[in-house]
Amino acid sequence: MWDQILEDAPRFFGPWNLLFLGEALVNTLLLSYIGAALGFMIGFGLAIGRHPRLYGILPVRLAATAYVEVFRRIPFLVKLMCVFFAFQLSGTQATLFTVALVTVVLSAAAFAAEIARAGIEAVPAPQWDAAEAMNFSRWRVLTRVVAPQSWRVVLPPLFGYAVGFIKSTSIASQIGVMELTYAAKILNTRGFSALLCFGTILVLYFLICWPTKRIGERLEARLGRRAKA
Amino acid sequence: MAFLSIHGLTVSYGGKADVLRDVSLEVERGEVIGLIGPSGSGKSTILRTLVGLLKPRAGTVTLDGTKVDYGSRGSLRAARDRFAIVFQQYNLFQNMTALRNVAIAPTLVKKRGRATVEEEARALLARVGLAEKVNAYPDELSGGQQQRVAIARALALKPDILLLDEITAALDPELVGEVLDTIRALQKDGMTMLIVSHEMAFIREVASRVAFLDQGSVVETGPPAEMFDRPNSPRLKEFTSRILRH
Ligand SMILES: Nc1ncnc2c1ncn2[C@@H]1O[C@H](COP(=O)(O)OP(=O)(O)O)[C@@H](O)[C@H]1O
Ligand SMILES: [Mg+2]
Repeated sequence: MWDQILEDAPRFFGPWNLLFLGEALVNTLLLSYIGAALGFMIGFGLAIGRHPRLYGILPVRLAATAYVEVFRRIPFLVKLMCVFFAFQLSGTQATLFTVALVTVVLSAAAFAAEIARAGIEAVPAPQWDAAEAMNFSRWRVLTRVVAPQSWRVVLPPLFGYAVGFIKSTSIASQIGVMELTYAAKILNTRGFSALLCFGTILVLYFLICWPTKRIGERLEARLGRRAKA
Repeated sequence: MAFLSIHGLTVSYGGKADVLRDVSLEVERGEVIGLIGPSGSGKSTILRTLVGLLKPRAGTVTLDGTKVDYGSRGSLRAARDRFAIVFQQYNLFQNMTALRNVAIAPTLVKKRGRATVEEEARALLARVGLAEKVNAYPDELSGGQQQRVAIARALALKPDILLLDEITAALDPELVGEVLDTIRALQKDGMTMLIVSHEMAFIREVASRVAFLDQGSVVETGPPAEMFDRPNSPRLKEFTSRILRH
């Protein structure tokens, strides 16, 4: 087997394949990072819009809660199909990449909203009382008092999910999005050994996930230190 | 009308039974009012309602001739601008140093210059005996020290009326005197205060009037000497005898 791989390797890592894998890698990165970044922002917005002591007005709270509860429970592949058909039904021309990106954003938003809610809840009510009694605006209660004390609770699961989303993007290969997993399948059908194809993307996934996890740990250490609790 | 006039105040927590029933109280400028009563009688609730942390179900609060509308953001904001509260559990911001706790509201909310505010904050912390603790976080301070930071934080707001909720309850006996000295000095300066306390000797000394609360109602009000020496109601009689025996 190793002989086979060693023989295949020069051809596998030829310029055309490297370009092909490079493009797939960029797509996976874009799906993961843009998707998670947008999703987390929307998710934080949902958590803030949902909170009765922040901006929560009832219709917004109900809508946000419904969204979060539903989207956290649907498997990624099902969400992907829903978005795919939603685009088709609306007659909007969307690339497969856009479909996958929207799906990642929608998932990430639902998870981030729930994580942020738990983070906000972890800050005891007396902290709010003190800030409100001193006339802090809601935005300032959030940014100066609540958020700094929430990071400690929010960051570990958030980065846990971020790593999860990187892995979820591989499911986008099911609808033919040109990302790492799809690229591996294609190369495999072109006759390269499965071990080489999937071994290569395995290493690439690891190279994306590991630094993400590390960034999470560093942020946690930094923000956690500033926000003593 | 009195500087602060509370009339018929009725408050409940989230639709449950009323914890304050028809509470009325008049406070003149420069006056110190002692609020006494058994645990759970609603003393903290009065202070929390005044700063708008609870919305009264009925009754009015009039501050310096203006009725406070707790349903209106603007009116609430104006009222909060004139009150400062020291909570029973201090409620210091856990993510800020002592100095920042004291300086944040004046800079952020009152929009005063940071340098002057911090200078004042240091002076206030020195006044409550915490000059060396300006850079300590709340979790690095003892209960008594946190309480004193909370007092400095309230004073930094330069309030018209100071609300103090059992501020000596968590203090070591040797610190009680220090904190009470601070309050005495404030009284001499003419600060209007509502003080919830079980330090009867102290209340007797600084308060011009005392209100005795029981089960959410003001049972009796009067000058401290009269209240403590010649209580009218049986409930106050029982309360004072119980607390003075301790
Ligand atoms: N957050 C709350 N939710 C429901 N009930 C409360 C809450 N806080 C206080 N209470 C009730 O309100 C009553 C008055 O409490 P409080 O004002 O704290 O009394 P005091 O300060 O005189 O000890 C008590 O019966 C207490 O159980
Ligand atoms: Mg109390």
